[in-house]
Amino acid sequence: MSARTVSTEELELSLRGISKHFGGVRAVADVSIDVRRGEIMSVIGPNGAGKTSVLNMVSGFYHPDTGTISLKGADITNEKPSEIARLGVARTFQNIALFKGLSVLDNLMLGRHVRMKAGVLSSILYWGPAQREEVEHRRWVESLIDFLKLQDLRKQPAGALAYGLQKRVELGRALALDPSLLLLDEPMAGMNQEEKEDMARYVLDVNEEWGTTVVLIEHDMGVVMDISDRIAVLDRGEKIAEGNADEVRANPAVIQAYLGAGEQSAEAAHG
Amino acid sequence: MIHRECGIYKTSYQADMALYPLPIAKWTVAAFAVLLIVVAPIVLDEYYLSILNLIVIASVGAIGLNILVGYTGQISIGHAAFMSVGAYTAANLAVRFDMPFWISLPAGGLMAAAIGAIVGIPSLRIKGLYLAIATLAAQLIIEWTINHVPWISGGVQASIEVPRPSLFGISLDTQRELYFFLMFFAVLAVVGALNLVRSRVGRAFVAIRDQDIAAEIMGINIFRYKLLAFAISSFYAGVTGVLYTYYLGIANYEQFQLVVSIDYLAMIIIGGLGSILGSIFGAIFITLLPIAIRWFMEGFGYLLFTQAELMNIVPHMRLVLFGALIIVFLVLEPEGLNRLWQNVRNYFRVWPFAY
Ligand SMILES: Nc1ncnc2c1ncn2[C@@H]1O[C@H](COP(=O)(O)OP(=O)(O)O)[C@@H](O)[C@H]1O
Ligand SMILES: [Mg+2]
Repeated sequence: MSARTVSTEELELSLRGISKHFGGVRAVADVSIDVRRGEIMSVIGPNGAGKTSVLNMVSGFYHPDTGTISLKGADITNEKPSEIARLGVARTFQNIALFKGLSVLDNLMLGRHVRMKAGVLSSILYWGPAQREEVEHRRWVESLIDFLKLQDLRKQPAGALAYGLQKRVELGRALALDPSLLLLDEPMAGMNQEEKEDMARYVLDVNEEWGTTVVLIEHDMGVVMDISDRIAVLDRGEKIAEGNADEVRANPAVIQAYLGAGEQSAEAAHG
Repeated sequence: MIHRECGIYKTSYQADMALYPLPIAKWTVAAFAVLLIVVAPIVLDEYYLSILNLIVIASVGAIGLNILVGYTGQISIGHAAFMSVGAYTAANLAVRFDMPFWISLPAGGLMAAAIGAIVGIPSLRIKGLYLAIATLAAQLIIEWTINHVPWISGGVQASIEVPRPSLFGISLDTQRELYFFLMFFAVLAVVGALNLVRSRVGRAFVAIRDQDIAAEIMGINIFRYKLLAFAISSFYAGVTGVLYTYYLGIANYEQFQLVVSIDYLAMIIIGGLGSILGSIFGAIFITLLPIAIRWFMEGFGYLLFTQAELMNIVPHMRLVLFGALIIVFLVLEPEGLNRLWQNVRNYFRVWPFAY
């Protein structure tokens, strides 16, 4: 369905025939998706379609029953989450999962974890290498704080922020990892129009300026159609369509799925 | 310390990240240090210094437990046993191999850290109540082992007398001399903990406490860091055991029974989970509580009870008050004495304005 064929070197992420069952529930069934380096790929589909499960397998939180996942050509199907993070994959969560007791600043500093080295001894001694490292990464994080306009909130506990701001801090924490692949699970859910536009702007900026590859799960069709290079559609665990916005909009299986789920009219799917 | 931050602008990240970023805070801390290190040993007599010594020792243990429970969100009911591991390691080294304290003390800490890390292994799979039971089992197993293996515990009533620590050939016999000895290690323990919790490893601990799944997805190896938390915390416990042994002049398993684990948990709950300063508040509070009860009952107890009744009541009052206090704090001020202190501080920071 894609307009051109791509060589594997250009692929940031490649899912080949992955399936996942939870007890009797078939959450993901034989899904193959290729994500090209530097693109924004959206994954859409009704609730329960298996979108989050796909992300969970990419981040190593679950491992697929069958199929393989590769990142930049390397097999990561059975890697641990912490190892996958080390390889440059960061994500946000459908339900906000911030470290509520840490300040905004420390949430972002924690995002630098895999980029930092200080172990127990140098942490306890602090003065010297650990302090230099802290300052260096603090500088990095401060530029991220400027980018996300979080200056006034640095020292606030993350748990005390308004919902929309928490979502933004969560994006910041993922960006702090300096990822090559960014996975976003409904980053705009529950936001008002203005907040959604801000968030879409951040995602586009990161994609364009940093060259970060983005996999985006989102229900707002307007946003999805606007910012995605390509879109994959899941329904009941299966991939039913893939292509650019126009191709997906015109796809009869997609219209059928959205009508069948009773969520959105075909008109709405046209954005 | 009480201070205001208006009119002070930080010009470097290093300054912003300092333990005490404000000059006035640095001065109050310095003044407090002088009070503790110079004034206290001059004005206090041996009896009061012996109490202060107990507080200093307990502070080290409470900080260690707080790193595990308050910062990392794990639980241990076996910390007294880890203390006993440190105590008997050091006592054996001191007595059998004539080791000076600067070897036996870190050795005791390291041995406790190793045992603590092993006990922490189940924490990867189990949480909360189940982990509590697992560490309780460790407490009982270690207690039993020390009590029943003469090779470890010296045979006679499972206790080993140790010589006083000595420095440059001078044996530290008096409470005043011991005070400096204990204080030195307590300061190291406090500074080390403050540094730990403000840097990479400490942040990872709190991340595991707040959101273990997100922590793992952000690249923290949960297993490694949980074991690290157990090891560091147990190292502190081991050192506490060694310090206590030198303080008493004897390693004795009765000093490290289950109820002592509970004492330390009470210290950090009452003092404030996830706070180094709170750990110290808790250590002060729990150490002084039985002493205060005894004073009170000796002074006023006769008004209410006969002498025979008093003999019965006093030892139990501690436990009753203890339980009551833990419940009061859990319900009314879950963040402990540290939060009360912060409230006082914030009040004065903006005083005389209400907001
Ligand atoms: N951990 C789990 N245990 C059991 N069932 C799960 C689990 N995670 C997802 N599922 C099920 O898998 C299906 C797909 O869920 P999910 O991936 O969350 O869908 P989506 O994100 O598209 O809404 C749903 O039926 C859901 O109930
Ligand atoms: Mg979902």
